[in-house]
Amino acid sequence: MNRNLLIVLLGTTSLYSMVSRVALADPSEGPLFIDGEIEMITRTESVDGHPLPEVISGWHYRTESTQALEADSFENPGMLAVEEGEVLWSTVEGSEGKSCESCHDDAAESMVSVGSSYPKWDEASGKPLNIEQRINMCRVENMGAEPYPFDKGGQKQMTAYIKNQSLGKPVEIDVEEGDMQAWWERGKEMYYTRTGQLDLSCASCHERNNGKYIRADHLSQGNVNGFPTYRLKQSALVSLHNRFRGCIRDTRAEMPDAFSDDLMALEVYTTWRSQGLSVETPAVRQ
Amino acid sequence: MNKSKRQFLSRTLGVSAGMAVTALLGSSRALASVEDVQKAVDEFSGGKTPAEGVVTLTTPEIAENGNSVPISVSVDSPMSEDDYVESVMILAEDNPSALVATFHFSPASGEAVASTRMRLARTQNVLAVAKMSNGDVYSATNNIKVTIGGCGG
Amino acid sequence: MAAKPRVKIPKSAAAGDIITVKTLISHKMESGQRKDGDGNPIPRDIINTFTCTFNGKPVFSCDMDPAVSANPYFEFKAKITEAGTFTFTWVDDAGEVTEMTKDIALK
Repeated sequence: MNRNLLIVLLGTTSLYSMVSRVALADPSEGPLFIDGEIEMITRTESVDGHPLPEVISGWHYRTESTQALEADSFENPGMLAVEEGEVLWSTVEGSEGKSCESCHDDAAESMVSVGSSYPKWDEASGKPLNIEQRINMCRVENMGAEPYPFDKGGQKQMTAYIKNQSLGKPVEIDVEEGDMQAWWERGKEMYYTRTGQLDLSCASCHERNNGKYIRADHLSQGNVNGFPTYRLKQSALVSLHNRFRGCIRDTRAEMPDAFSDDLMALEVYTTWRSQGLSVETPAVRQ
Repeated sequence: MNKSKRQFLSRTLGVSAGMAVTALLGSSRALASVEDVQKAVDEFSGGKTPAEGVVTLTTPEIAENGNSVPISVSVDSPMSEDDYVESVMILAEDNPSALVATFHFSPASGEAVASTRMRLARTQNVLAVAKMSNGDVYSATNNIKVTIGGCGG
Repeated sequence: MAAKPRVKIPKSAAAGDIITVKTLISHKMESGQRKDGDGNPIPRDIINTFTCTFNGKPVFSCDMDPAVSANPYFEFKAKITEAGTFTFTWVDDAGEVTEMTKDIALK
């Protein structure tokens, strides 16, 4: 059988059989306690209007050894990045000679509900703002420092450090603030619109087929409560917008820019879907 | 299906199809040979054939991602000054290079137990060979399935 | 080498106790197998040795090859007979040494 034909056959069979494998696997049990102490909400009733009756954390869809990595904050390799974030927190940068600590003091106190309540509406710009953008805003306006480029310079570590202060707290988002509702609508439309050469929407996998397998990957609901996430594949922290772009790239669609209006709308909507689940940052996934 | 459509599909389904093809037809990279593994074991054991027993190798049946596969080895031994485990060598038979790590113990270890995380290129056997202070050699082998993800970014 | 390593041991132990030691360090462990965007191989760059001694005496060590995962993790045991100091060392391909010490008291 010649190589091209083999590739095509594999491609087409994989396309059509990707999400229809018989092995319907239930997520693995729980409960999840970080270090046996911090109780995590990994399954809970969804909010009003949610298409699914129950929201389930991506943690449940992983193998036991991957789950164990997250349950132990010493062994969780994502915590190395959180520690780097802690160092950055008290590092002076920029023309004003300040560090985050100069204004925000002990992050464990000042940031305790920050990671669980973003994105938030920003009146000044007339857009929602996520943690990464809020950090950059502070850096530029208050520290006189350069904004972090996407995924670089310490952005992931700092975002993970801040979100980790909310570990265990249920994700919440206020979609009544400002014009947030319009962004929620736009995000919802993106979530359900099939795009790309593989003609898939987020819902194709994460709503209609969660629990099933796409080749050997156990499809989750695609919740966002664990980002930035330590992915075994990259053996590194992966940010939410990086993951959005990766997923979209995998459907062979054009990737929106990180922090573009499109992806911010998607972040608003997927955060809304994840409400009730505990912040797990840094979650460990495959 | 005409040629241009085939080319179009094969290009667009590029990576994921390519991965599947690789898995089926085998990687073109040089992988460790059976001889390499045998040579490494012989050098380590001083030519002795490892016996069974004494070594417990704990690995998952299926590795969710080949980048980080937990492995734990435990060797039954008093770990006294006259009778202890010197070293345990870990080999992954089908990795590009078979040697994964070599643990060295001493009576101060108390127990000959060690865990780490390793990279596996594909489904394969993993071998742990233990060398005792008196020269005895033991081994254990486990098979680990390494899966290729679906999408994955 | 990159960031600070993490080490976990109990604060104290009774003489004769066998304690669990856990270590984790941030490192890419570039295997030498990967290629960059242009198809050129990315050179190997790993931590190749990890050592643990207690009051100067060897407890556990590991010769590491590229198949050890990024952010290398080790868990092993140590028999405590006296109070003292653990010394942990990581050495990379360039010969750079990262060292960390931790004390343990006797109960």
